[in-house]
Amino acid sequence: MPSPYAVPRNATAPAPLDTRTRIETPEGIDLLLRPAGLVPRALAFGMDFSFRALILGALFLVFSLFESFGAGMTALSLFLVTWWYTVLFEVLNQGRTPGKQIMGLRVIHDDGTPIGWTASLIRNLLRFVDMMPFGYSLGAISCLQHPQFKRLGDLAAGTLVVYRDTPPLRPVLPDAVALVAPFVMNLDEQRAVLGFAERQSTLSSERTLELASILAEPLQVRPEQAVTQLNGVARGLLGST
Amino acid sequence: MKQALFEARHQAHWQRFGESLDALERGKPLKDSAGTFTRDYRRICSQLALAQERGYSSHLVDPLQQLAMRGHQQLYRHRSPIGSQLLGFVLAGFPRLVRAEWRLVAIASLMFFGSLIGMAGLIQGFPDLVYSVLAPEQVSEMESMYDPQGQRIGQVMERAADDDWMMFGYYIMHNIGIAFQTYATGLLFGLGSLFFLFFNGLMIGAVAGHLTSIGYGQTFWSFVIGHGAFELTAIALAGAAGLKLGWALLAPGQLSRAQALRLAAKTSVQLIYGVILFLLIAAFIEAYWSSMRWPQPVLKYTVGAALWALVIAYLVFAGRNQHAPD
Repeated sequence: MPSPYAVPRNATAPAPLDTRTRIETPEGIDLLLRPAGLVPRALAFGMDFSFRALILGALFLVFSLFESFGAGMTALSLFLVTWWYTVLFEVLNQGRTPGKQIMGLRVIHDDGTPIGWTASLIRNLLRFVDMMPFGYSLGAISCLQHPQFKRLGDLAAGTLVVYRDTPPLRPVLPDAVALVAPFVMNLDEQRAVLGFAERQSTLSSERTLELASILAEPLQVRPEQAVTQLNGVARGLLGST
Repeated sequence: MKQALFEARHQAHWQRFGESLDALERGKPLKDSAGTFTRDYRRICSQLALAQERGYSSHLVDPLQQLAMRGHQQLYRHRSPIGSQLLGFVLAGFPRLVRAEWRLVAIASLMFFGSLIGMAGLIQGFPDLVYSVLAPEQVSEMESMYDPQGQRIGQVMERAADDDWMMFGYYIMHNIGIAFQTYATGLLFGLGSLFFLFFNGLMIGAVAGHLTSIGYGQTFWSFVIGHGAFELTAIALAGAAGLKLGWALLAPGQLSRAQALRLAAKTSVQLIYGVILFLLIAAFIEAYWSSMRWPQPVLKYTVGAALWALVIAYLVFAGRNQHAPD
C-alpha cells in the first residue's frame, strides 16, 4: 500500500553514519564492505611480523647445520619471507595472511573482487614506502586521513582491507498475537519495528518499555501496553509460514 | 509475500548455496553443482533485492547480503596477465613495454649509468674520492675480494667449494631487494628512485674505479661483465618503473592523481616482473659462471660482451613482429 512518507525508490541513499562502503555489482545489488581501520590492521601486521620471525628462526636453526649451502638457503629464505610472505598468503588464501585471518580481516580489490597477483605485489612492494621514514609513519598518516583507511600501497594497487562478516545469529522473536498496525508504515518504519522485536532479547526491560512507549500514542494504547502491541505488529509484519 | 513465508520457501536453497560457498572458500572444487553456481548466485542476488525492496527485517537481509558478497568473491576474478601468458610476456610483452616507456628508461639509465661511469672516471683522476662514499673497511674488503692472487673471485677468499649456493642466495636477496627498494620509493614523486639510482651508481662506480686504478681491473671487470648485463639493466629498469609511479603523481594528465597512480602501478609492476626475471638470470650467472677461475679473461670478456649484446638486442628488437606469440 502506498505510504505518504515512502521514500521514492530511486532516491539516493543518505550518507551513512558509519564507514561502510557500497559497491554496485553487475547483478544490480549493492555489496556492503566494512573497511578496517588502523588499529586492527596494525595488530594483524604485528602478528604476521612475529610469525615471520618464528619461521625465519626455525629455518636458521635448520640451515645452520649445513655450512655454505645453509647460508645460501638462509639468504634465499630471508628474501622469500621478507618480500613474498604476504603476497603468497593474500593470493592463495582468499586475501588473508595468518595475522589478518586471526583479526578477521581480508584484502580485496576496490570493486569487491578477490585480490590477484598484480595488486598484491604492488601493495606489498610499496609497503617499503609506507614504512618510511620510520615505524610505518607514512602508511599510518595515509591510513588515518583516507575515508576507507588506505595506506599508500592500497592507493596504488586499488585494494581495500575489510572485515570479514561473521554469520549472524538467528534472533528469537517474543511471542505475541499478530496485529495490524493502526497506521500506515513505510519500509524503513517496518524494518524499525521488526528490528525492535528481533533485538528485544538483548535489551533491558526498562529500555524496551522506554523505546516502545514512544509509539504509545500512534498505537492508541497506554504506554505499559506498547511493548506487547508493538511485538504483535512485528509478528503481523513477519507473517506466518 | 510475508517475510516468514518467503524465508520458508527459500531457506533450503540458501543453505545449499552456503555449503557450496564453504567448499569453494576452502579451495575444494564443487562436487555436482558446477554448472548451476552462477544461476544460484543470480537467484540470491534477485532475492536480496526483493527482500530489501519489501522491507524484510535485517535478520533476513543480512545473511542474504553475506551470501551475495561471498558468491561475488568466488565468481568474479581479475585475470592475472602473468602466469597464463608467461611465454608471451617474455618473448614480446616485456621488451615492448620497455620500448613504450623509453623516456623513463632513458632517464633512469642516464641517472644510474651516468653516475656509475662518472664516479669511476673521477676516481682515476682523484683516487682518494673513493673514501668519500665507502668506508675504509669496505674498501679493503673489496680489495681482498678482487685480489688477483685469490682462488675464486667475487667473494672473500677463505670460503671454499659449495659456495655457489651461498652466493646465489645472497645475490638474490641483495639485488632483488635493491631493485624493489628502487621501485617502491618512486612513489615519493620519483625522488626515491632517482636517489637510489644515483646512490647505487655512485657506489658501484667507486668500487669499479678504485679497483681499476689499483691494478685489480682484470679480475674485477672479467668478474662483473657477464652478470652485469642483466643486473645493471634490471636496476635501471626498476628505477624506470619507480619513476613511472612518481610521474603519475606529478603529471596525472586528464585523470585524478589516484586514478593515474593506479594505472601507472599496473603498468610498472609488469616492468618489475621483467626485472625479477633479469635478476634471477643475473644471480645464476654470477654464482655459477662469473665466479669461476679457470676461463681466461678473454673468454669472459667475449661471453660478457655477447650477453650485453643479447640483452640490448632483446630489449630493442624482441616482439617487434606483429605475429610474435602472445
